[in-house]
Amino acid sequence: MNELLLLLGSSIDSGTPLLLAALGLIINERSGVINLGAEGLMLIAAITGFATALATKNDALALLAGAGAAAVFAALLGLLVIWLNANQYATGLALSLFGSGFSAFVGIRYTQESLAVASHHGPYSHHYLVYVAVLLTLGLSWFLFRAKAGLVLRAVGESPEAAQALGYPVRLIRLAAVVTGGALVGLAGAYVSVVSTPLWVEGMIAGKGWIALALTTFATWRPARALLGAYLFGGVTMLQLNLQGRGVNLPVELLTALPYLATIFVLVLISKNPRWIAANMPTSLGKPFYPGA
Amino acid sequence: MPRLLDRTILPTFPENALSVTLLALACAAQPACSKKPSSDAVPALSSATPAPLAAEPKAAGPLKVAFAYVGPVGDAGWTYAHDKARKEAEAAFAGKVKTSFVENVPEAADAERVIRDMVEQGNTLIFGTTFGYMEPMLKVASDNPKVHFEHATGYKTAVNLRTYDSRTYEGAYLAGVVAGSMTKSKTLGVVGSIPIPEVIRNIDSFTLGAQSVSPDIKTKVVWVGKWFDPPKEGEAAQALLDQGADVLMQNTDSSAVLQTAEKAGKFAFGWDSDMSKFGPHAHLASAVINWAPYYKKGIQDALDGSWKTSQVWWGVKDGAIDLVAISDKVPAATKAKIDELKKGLKDGSFTIWKGPIKDQAGKEVLKADEKAEDKLLLGINFYVKGVEGKLPSGK
Repeated sequence: MNELLLLLGSSIDSGTPLLLAALGLIINERSGVINLGAEGLMLIAAITGFATALATKNDALALLAGAGAAAVFAALLGLLVIWLNANQYATGLALSLFGSGFSAFVGIRYTQESLAVASHHGPYSHHYLVYVAVLLTLGLSWFLFRAKAGLVLRAVGESPEAAQALGYPVRLIRLAAVVTGGALVGLAGAYVSVVSTPLWVEGMIAGKGWIALALTTFATWRPARALLGAYLFGGVTMLQLNLQGRGVNLPVELLTALPYLATIFVLVLISKNPRWIAANMPTSLGKPFYPGA
Repeated sequence: MPRLLDRTILPTFPENALSVTLLALACAAQPACSKKPSSDAVPALSSATPAPLAAEPKAAGPLKVAFAYVGPVGDAGWTYAHDKARKEAEAAFAGKVKTSFVENVPEAADAERVIRDMVEQGNTLIFGTTFGYMEPMLKVASDNPKVHFEHATGYKTAVNLRTYDSRTYEGAYLAGVVAGSMTKSKTLGVVGSIPIPEVIRNIDSFTLGAQSVSPDIKTKVVWVGKWFDPPKEGEAAQALLDQGADVLMQNTDSSAVLQTAEKAGKFAFGWDSDMSKFGPHAHLASAVINWAPYYKKGIQDALDGSWKTSQVWWGVKDGAIDLVAISDKVPAATKAKIDELKKGLKDGSFTIWKGPIKDQAGKEVLKADEKAEDKLLLGINFYVKGVEGKLPSGK
């Protein structure tokens, strides 16, 4: 029983960066803009956060700095795809590649550094960001489906033309969503390098940005489902590691692939029901918007 | 990366975000997409000392030595240790040797290009520091009989291709002795990278070391399938701690395992390099590789013309392996024992792999007083008694 609780606890720890990033991407995509640069943004945030933590010894500041850096680069993506109507997929991928290279370059002198690691108070204690992520999930749910501003955001993502006809500044709203989303993605990246493993190594996000992108769709752009998905992914990850420690006789390669398989499996289940997707997917997602037209 | 781009930037984009997401998932599952230092970082040619533009006359110039590294020199582990030794060797032969290196050379077709390039630039002694350079080096070596090649951790040699490796398992054994004296739960945990003989040998030796202190100690193993993935290494370490392990060891390249132990108030070791600063409380000792003695020997051989092909496997005896930065928390008696063991390894009076040693199933692998031959150790594919779980892809 005790071990089960420990497993649950570590699953939640493992899922938290995914959840934060997925929440950011939900805001992002609800406005009709897809951001394939999440992985790069997380890396930029990870190195920024780590460098800040090293210089200031202040974790909260480091997390904010990571979020801020990612927000700046997300704004750049926003300018390119919202005003210049650059292809969202290509631009996002470019940002992802840029982020990995740029963070590696900036990070060269940080690879030998380490932060002082704070000891846990007990086996069941979590970093406060774990709780913040849960609160954010609730808050975002409320915002999207109960608040007027959330309705406007969704309207912009559903039909930018209609939103514009009603007098809303579509481009500015989209930019705000991209920047806010980018900041949350950045918070997730900084969490990895400041809290989970307080060190910097090139490429340390190791695909978490891509998984968060997948989760966003898997969650049909709904925060509560993103929370379930992130914890499920974290849970399967920790479960397979635990099974190994227990000496379960399964090929390691299969066990390592298990979190991905589980996520794809659920994804396939969901996409079998087109109404689930249709009811939630922002209709204008990924499409350019020309206000004049 | 170009492959991904080609596939994705098509004139017709998927209308449905689902397909993009699937693509993203596929990408996440593929190491090639996630910018691993070992796979697709662009190799950057960097010279330790600025190269003069005009080539000097060959006889008068220093011996040019080049190193190909699989990771970044700042990885704090494997490549870092090689680069430290390169600098030390260059300093030892001040003026007579000029070294250069290329980092982040993928273990693929690119390696051959980089190594050929090193030959073109007039290097006459070339070190390749990862297993995956074996075939490329073999190929370039056969085309350039006048150049000496040295390949770390490989098993194929040629007239001008020598292999070298370190007995990392000796460090693992010494760490095991320390672990055995520190564990309260009698359960140790190892985060493994990839189940190849080198890593299995280290897990076994670590366990044997601990059992020399207390025979009923068990070792749990979790494999992460990668040499370098800090978040995952940390999670694997957490899983081991959750199952009652209180001293951890790793055969992966980052310090994440040590940090996870630090957070949880448990113990762990540094691997490949001294990692004490990454977890000052958790750190018990670091099993380090010192490649400098071998690099000095290689260069010396090339300088005085005595270079010959062989398969070199150096350990504590040759100064290549050591257990350093032993924590104050370790009892003095254990420290004394470590010194004694090191002395024994140096003068040959102590052998780690000496019977009776039983495998996991209880079958006797080495009879009493029988010493393991290198051949057995090099191809080891079993866990010793006390290691829990089934060896992956094992027989």
